Amino acid sequence: MLKVNELNVSYGAIHALKGISFDLQEDEIVALIGANGAGKSTTLNTISGIMRPDSGSVVFEEEDISQTSPAQIVGKGIVQVPEGRKIFARMSVLENLEMGAYTLRDKDVIKAHMAEVFEVFPRLEERQKQLGGTLSGGEQQMLAIGRALMASPRLLLLDEPSMGLAPILVEQIFEIIQKINAEGVSILLVEQNAQMALSIADRAYVLETGMVALSGKADALMENPEVQAAYLGG
Amino acid sequence: MIKKLRNLKLTPGLILRLVVGLVVLIYLGWRIYQTAFGEGTYGPDTWMRFLIAGLIVGGMYALIAIGYTLVYGTLFMINFAHGEVMMLGTYAGYFALEAFASLPAPTAADPNLNFLNAQPVIALILTFVAGAGVSALMGYLLEKIAYRPLRGAPRLVPLISAIGTSIFLQNAAQLLFGPQRRQYQNPDFLWRGTGWMIPVGGKDVMLTYTGLFSFVLSILLMVGLFILVRRTKLGKSMRAVAENKQAAALMGIDVDSVISKTFIISGILAGSAGVMWGIHNGLFNHYVGFIPGIKAFTAAVLGGIGNIPGAMLGGMLLGLLESLGPALLGLDFQLKDVIAFTILILVLIFRPSGLLGEALSEEKV
Repeated sequence: MLKVNELNVSYGAIHALKGISFDLQEDEIVALIGANGAGKSTTLNTISGIMRPDSGSVVFEEEDISQTSPAQIVGKGIVQVPEGRKIFARMSVLENLEMGAYTLRDKDVIKAHMAEVFEVFPRLEERQKQLGGTLSGGEQQMLAIGRALMASPRLLLLDEPSMGLAPILVEQIFEIIQKINAEGVSILLVEQNAQMALSIADRAYVLETGMVALSGKADALMENPEVQAAYLGG
Repeated sequence: MIKKLRNLKLTPGLILRLVVGLVVLIYLGWRIYQTAFGEGTYGPDTWMRFLIAGLIVGGMYALIAIGYTLVYGTLFMINFAHGEVMMLGTYAGYFALEAFASLPAPTAADPNLNFLNAQPVIALILTFVAGAGVSALMGYLLEKIAYRPLRGAPRLVPLISAIGTSIFLQNAAQLLFGPQRRQYQNPDFLWRGTGWMIPVGGKDVMLTYTGLFSFVLSILLMVGLFILVRRTKLGKSMRAVAENKQAAALMGIDVDSVISKTFIISGILAGSAGVMWGIHNGLFNHYVGFIPGIKAFTAAVLGGIGNIPGAMLGGMLLGLLESLGPALLGLDFQLKDVIAFTILILVLIFRPSGLLGEALSEEKV
């Protein structure tokens, strides 16, 4: 479904991605794990079209999208939930969700998607008139995911969904991610919380300073002594 | 409150603010006391006249101020060329009216009738379309040529570009249209200096037709803008871009196009204000945008820059303070500009976030 080939990306003089390659099959959950600055968010932003690669390609369903605009990429079905949630704090929950459906025109379709999102996150329906900024951290993460689902993505990119959340909320969010995946949405998950990420992923890639250091089945990586020492605290 | 006071440290900045505040308060108290209990120079009719004048000019300030605030909201820069955008609208409206006045539309009853007076409503609508259209186009080009190439640059750079563009446009207008003052040709039913007489305190106060027309139109435009920003998809995407450009782009919003539209809407409001200015005040030249531009910037800061209701409130308030202020303080009327800019300085010292503004978040500073 998604194939990233030899991707090189830099911010000015900083060479952030040094030839990263990986792929993701339909209906999979693939995790990218690694420390701060390993290039995880840069990878997602390049797939979303916010950053342009120096070389290499991003192929989504046989089509190179590395020069496609972010809006068109959303239209093709790749939607990102950004790091730190980045919900629109001074807009209501409802308006945030409407923005998620920005690329859609048909009002009935938007309404149907909103009903689906409210089914996954009943809490958002209760708070639809509240301003995004008044929600708790967990609710904001729900809103960020709900907002992305409004575009009815086929591939959901999640950047650090566990960031800043209490452990119990992290578990809830990860359960929801699995539920979304079961509905037929493929998921590319970026996480520092390697334990949680590996527990729900099918496969994973370990990134180190802009390169893929290790890759394989998630349960195999979980057993890997190097991964255990570096990312699983044991 | 007490705990807050106890934690207060007497920094030099705070002492300065306290001293300035005290001086201003004592001065204000003394002048207002003098006016209230002094000879009583002005009767209620004069106060009414000041009030009306303040509301009329306040509406125009508010329209221009919204442009500053919209652009600041999305790009975090002060568009100092905004007054010139208004100036070009004033010229466009002037030329439209001139053209309509010289277009013959004779009838059997009056063979000398021109289009301007034969179809005054249509002529006025077309005049506003011309003024708002030229200013909208100017706003669009301004962003595209002077600001977009500097998008990633430090914040001072587009500011310098804005000031440069402002000087350029003023001089270009002088070169194109000449330095002489021109006079707006209104249709007969909106003749300057005509209006309703309202009896106040035994005397008549004139509410000019042009003034009432300008005021009503500015209120309508503000209501329209408010609905646009609150209810429409474009308005919501403008707010989303103002809050977070990256998140907006990730939703599929074309950020560049929303920024262009923000400049176009600012231009429409400024151009309309420019035509009103001409219709109400009559005389203008290529400097017409300078003072209203700076006043509207003051109004936007007073209301809280980036905040749309703040710009409306700030504009109205500034118009009123400027009009009533000299009389309240017993000053010469020539000093009304001093009052406006004193307000700007005081706001910047005591409440930089403005009346309705919130403290600037880290991301925006």
